[in-house]
Amino acid sequence: MEPDTEIGGALKKFPATNHSAIVGARSEDQQVRLRAFDTILANYWKPAYKYIRVKWQANNEDAKDLTQGFFANAFEKNHFANYDASKASFRTFLRTCLDGFIANQRKSDNRLKRGGGSNQFSLDFIAAEDEVALQSAQSDHTPEEYFHREWIRSLFAQAVNKLRQRCNESGRTVHFQLFESYDLADDDGEVKLSYASLATRFGLDATKVNNYLAATRRDFRRIVLDELRQITATDEEFRNEARALLGVDVG
Amino acid sequence: MTWLSDQKLDRLRSIAAQSDLGSTKYTFVKELARGGMGTVYLAQDPELDRQVAIKVLNRTDASDDMRRRMIREAQIIARLEHPGIVPVHDVGILEDGRVFYAMKLVRGSRLDEYAAHEASLHDRMRKFQAVCDAVAFAHAHRVIHRDLKPQNVMIGSFGEVLVLDWGVAKILPDAPLSEADTLRLPAVESNHISVSDAATTHGTILGTRHYMSPEQASGAIDQLDERSDVYSLGAVLYFLLTNQAPVASQTAFSVDAIPRPRTVNPKVSKAAEAVCLKAMAFERSNRYLSAKELSADMDRLLDAESVAAYRENSLEKIGRWVGKNKFLVLLVLAYLLMRIFFILTSRS
Repeated sequence: MEPDTEIGGALKKFPATNHSAIVGARSEDQQVRLRAFDTILANYWKPAYKYIRVKWQANNEDAKDLTQGFFANAFEKNHFANYDASKASFRTFLRTCLDGFIANQRKSDNRLKRGGGSNQFSLDFIAAEDEVALQSAQSDHTPEEYFHREWIRSLFAQAVNKLRQRCNESGRTVHFQLFESYDLADDDGEVKLSYASLATRFGLDATKVNNYLAATRRDFRRIVLDELRQITATDEEFRNEARALLGVDVG
Repeated sequence: MTWLSDQKLDRLRSIAAQSDLGSTKYTFVKELARGGMGTVYLAQDPELDRQVAIKVLNRTDASDDMRRRMIREAQIIARLEHPGIVPVHDVGILEDGRVFYAMKLVRGSRLDEYAAHEASLHDRMRKFQAVCDAVAFAHAHRVIHRDLKPQNVMIGSFGEVLVLDWGVAKILPDAPLSEADTLRLPAVESNHISVSDAATTHGTILGTRHYMSPEQASGAIDQLDERSDVYSLGAVLYFLLTNQAPVASQTAFSVDAIPRPRTVNPKVSKAAEAVCLKAMAFERSNRYLSAKELSADMDRLLDAESVAAYRENSLEKIGRWVGKNKFLVLLVLAYLLMRIFFILTSRS
């Protein structure tokens, strides 16, 4: 009988990624800084783009340029290294920097040349724009709350992608497919799938469906926390964000 | 990149917030309730093939007072084997350091929800008496609850009454069990978990102010005893009689500001009001000595007998006697009417 293992092999867990990208952004090592910046960019570019569209009422082309410009400027001048964890959370710091950047751009009327700038990041603006359109009716949040919500959405989307990737790499595709079918099912008002129907669909018994889903959810939780740890600077900030995000205190 | 709608996002947040029960025999099913101290989950016990409720501490910090308090809560409930107190099946520590305990899953509604749908004062008072009985049992074991309120009482599907949430309970000195101060759990033996009241110091206010005794509200924990629970029971009775908590504010406490139950609900009898107010007396010495004594007075009240809390005048005594013996009174009246009718017809 196939053992019900954690993804990554029998009784093994995903390696904990305890490195903070915020700390990495201050590194002397250029490679470490690059990796750290990639992590920050991956988690923040989409919330930043949407925030520019919603709060600053920028059109999509300007929002693209401003997003590219903001992160390019932050990377070149190593702005994220200036973050002081004792003053605010990193996401608040980044949003404040973003507001300052856009205000300066508008004040000086020194708009970034479209498509210009020394750094251009490969970002899926079309998908981001589709999401802005999907959410246009939901305007009961303040811009700050909207940014926060989008940051959470980005974090969880990253975590789902990472879970999928790790499941595929470890040959546990059925684990992710179950997770996708049950926990990521469309919200179309249909009756939620039962474990029994999933068992029939995947040719498993219901106990195994239960065990696979439980293991995958555990791994998802770990990935979310790992992602969170990467984009927070200190243990205290990590714990505060975890408490705000999940309502639990983590050690 | 995966697009997550708000609904999916909330679902994933809930999944990520779930406790990792992987180190236990239980399988997570869903979250039932979340509080400041812990979260209660519905879980499956695969060995006994039944569903249980699992309360998991929200904190992982092993040195935290909350952790000690929750272990103590499990131990206290475990020693109180009574039909009115939810039995604990298991207690331990999760892989991430959080304390958990598994208990019987109670299906039903909270007392406040139950009261919202039940119009009969008599039925409410019957349920209240069952609460008193459970608390009286705890008092007999020198345990005081310290957070009695309608939200901490469950009415099961078959009408059974269960007192929940013993998280801030206190074991009074002279507990009959010799191990009262040094109970330990195998899983945390090295941590020397004690069930003494070290977690609560003078001036600490635990519980819910709406239903809290004056001495508890003032933080005088050395004065807390069975009579503090009696006050809270009185406050629960007040709620059941009037549909409102005696103290409206969570922050301000003034017994003078509490309106008499009959001014809020004129349907409340004088005797029921007197029982409620005696339980809620500001001075502890004026209250019932224990939940057992309160329960006995409730028993008399429900049986339309004279209660200790209220001295009736002669008219009220007759009225109560008539109310209690309606059938007999009706029979006598019918007999007398027949006699009168017979006398009148025979004369004519």
